[in-house]
Amino acid sequence: MEALDRVLKPKTKRAKRFLEKREPKLTENTKNAMLIKGGNANLTVTEVLKDIYAVKKPFAVLYKKKNITRPFEDQTSLEFFSKKSDCSLFLFGSHNKKRPNNLIIGRMFDYHVLDMIELGIEKFVSLKDVKNSKCPEGTKPMLIFAGDIFDLNEEYRRLKSLLIDFFRGPNVPSIRLAGLEYVLHFTAVDGKIYMRSYKVLLKKSGCKIPRIELEEMGPSLDLVMRRTHLASDDLYKLSLKQPKALKAKKKKNISHDVFGTTYGRIHMQKQDLGKLQTRKMKALKKRPAEKSVEEDGGSSPKKTKSA
Amino acid sequence: MLPARRPGTERGRFRSRAAGAARTWRRSGAAGPRVAAMAAVRVEELLAAAEEQEAEKQRSIAVHKELELEFDLGNLLALDRNPPAAAGLRGAGQRREALLRALARDNTQLLVAQLWALPAERAGGAAGPLVAQLPEPAFRLPREKPPPRPRPPTRWEQFARLKGIRRRKRGSLVWDEQAKEWRRRWGYRRAGGDPARAWVAEVPAGADPDEDQFAKRRREKRERVARNELNRLRNLARAHRAAGAPAAPLHPTGHQSRAELGRAARVARLSTASLGRFQPRLPKEPAEPPSRGGGKKRRFAPLLGDLAAERSRQLELLRGMSSKKPPLDITRAVNKQLREEDAEAAATKGKKRAQRGKRGRRQQQRPGHSGKKSGSKRQQRRPASGGGGSRRKKA
Repeated sequence: MEALDRVLKPKTKRAKRFLEKREPKLTENTKNAMLIKGGNANLTVTEVLKDIYAVKKPFAVLYKKKNITRPFEDQTSLEFFSKKSDCSLFLFGSHNKKRPNNLIIGRMFDYHVLDMIELGIEKFVSLKDVKNSKCPEGTKPMLIFAGDIFDLNEEYRRLKSLLIDFFRGPNVPSIRLAGLEYVLHFTAVDGKIYMRSYKVLLKKSGCKIPRIELEEMGPSLDLVMRRTHLASDDLYKLSLKQPKALKAKKKKNISHDVFGTTYGRIHMQKQDLGKLQTRKMKALKKRPAEKSVEEDGGSSPKKTKSA
Repeated sequence: MLPARRPGTERGRFRSRAAGAARTWRRSGAAGPRVAAMAAVRVEELLAAAEEQEAEKQRSIAVHKELELEFDLGNLLALDRNPPAAAGLRGAGQRREALLRALARDNTQLLVAQLWALPAERAGGAAGPLVAQLPEPAFRLPREKPPPRPRPPTRWEQFARLKGIRRRKRGSLVWDEQAKEWRRRWGYRRAGGDPARAWVAEVPAGADPDEDQFAKRRREKRERVARNELNRLRNLARAHRAAGAPAAPLHPTGHQSRAELGRAARVARLSTASLGRFQPRLPKEPAEPPSRGGGKKRRFAPLLGDLAAERSRQLELLRGMSSKKPPLDITRAVNKQLREEDAEAAATKGKKRAQRGKRGRRQQQRPGHSGKKSGSKRQQRRPASGGGGSRRKKA
């Protein structure tokens, strides 16, 4: 246990719980995001951060004050914040003449910056501007990525992974089917990324699966990719490594068919067929028909002989 | 007449029913062949209409895509690889929004169809909401922190594993004879009375009568606590050294150990372009032993090298052969054997106890199996036999 293996042991149960929540575990906590404003953040960027905070509640922290840092030059400030608030995802918004309406989305591994991608906001429609009904806070969104460039280009692939990590929410074992209300749709076309959020309406269709109608809701962003700071391949591979204990244990002697049939295997000892009990098995008894045939066959040679 | 049509009946069932009805109609033979033909035509029409309706329903949820979508239902994720219609999306705002919305609707329809196909049940009885079991997320995402490393065992843990000592679960309440009730082991109103109110401390038989027993008690407690803390820190340092020391750099201020400095010096020597082959050594620095992974597993001394060293080596050999001392260090060999035996016994005992359970633990506590007394006796008896054996060999 890490909390008790420190030089200064925690003196209260509360401190111990606090440390245990932050130590590395086999199955990790849901990733928290920190939303930070840069030195000269304008209204658009502030609104974007507020809307994303509303989407990501309660797994996000919105910092109210401006922080004068440049993430691409110096990452120590971000790492310090990450360590203090135990957040591994961040969204940094700033604005200047060279990079207007700038948004840097990134993630951390072991409190050090892993990936950072800078996106420029071309158009933004806020939650307040769309006058439709909204879905409740903390709904797990459905994520859809459209566009073949998300697989072909390395930077877009990392961006896809970052966006999934950012918006996916807690990992749940089961979900209420009627509660699938929120969908985030990302389309990558012509060097631009369109992010749209819709509220899902389930309409009756004749069969079991409902017909989907979408209603525009929530923040919609038109983004363009600017600079990137991606982790090297080996660091990325190291961060993807899962401990062996999480691998599903394979049950021996059980196998599955393509059609879903489960087969079991039983190991028997070698059976001595000479010692099989044949006297008490009805099926092996001679039938009366067979008996008479045998008797005739057996007695007839006698008869012919005598005759 | 034909049976009333229920909406949503499956086509097959409907058809067989209609066919059966038609069959009975024909079988009755009451009407002529013309009426039967008309009935057959009506049946055909109805079947066609039913098929139309079914197709209509399926059409409302059917989506046509060139490339199938990839789904990761654990993350509620769908990946569409089809290249989107770039021409349409380049246009004006309204048209673009409509196109994006249509695309989103199609993709969401496919994803929801997949989710509805999962095994679902009613949570909380028959009236509860329909809940689907999600599989494990398949998309590999990087971790937040590196996976935890198991810490190496402490000195006590190693010893306990060797001896086969297992941790006994202590109860939280202890019977207090004086108070005649169950009291907690430590804390408020503990068993054994309040230590602050112990007003008498007996002077033991061999102690100095002028010594302050209370002060002695306090001092001993302080020493015990300090020793415990020291051992804990030593265990931590050992664990830290075993795990992270090769990765961690040298301690900046003079708290380095001799081994650490040696390691750092060796690494510094090897960090040249020619990997340390031409680095001069300091006057008192010992020569590096050549066996450090030099590329060959066995290295032989050159044939005509150091004559003095060869001479001394041969003389040592002769001396060893002619001396009466046994070449085997008996005590070391015996101790090693005992340790191995103990470890084996501990392993088998652990296995047996796992099988037997409570019975095994009770049998373990039988006297006469503790290590110290019997171990020393064994040690005294063994050397005699060992010496005798070796002497017999020589003769």
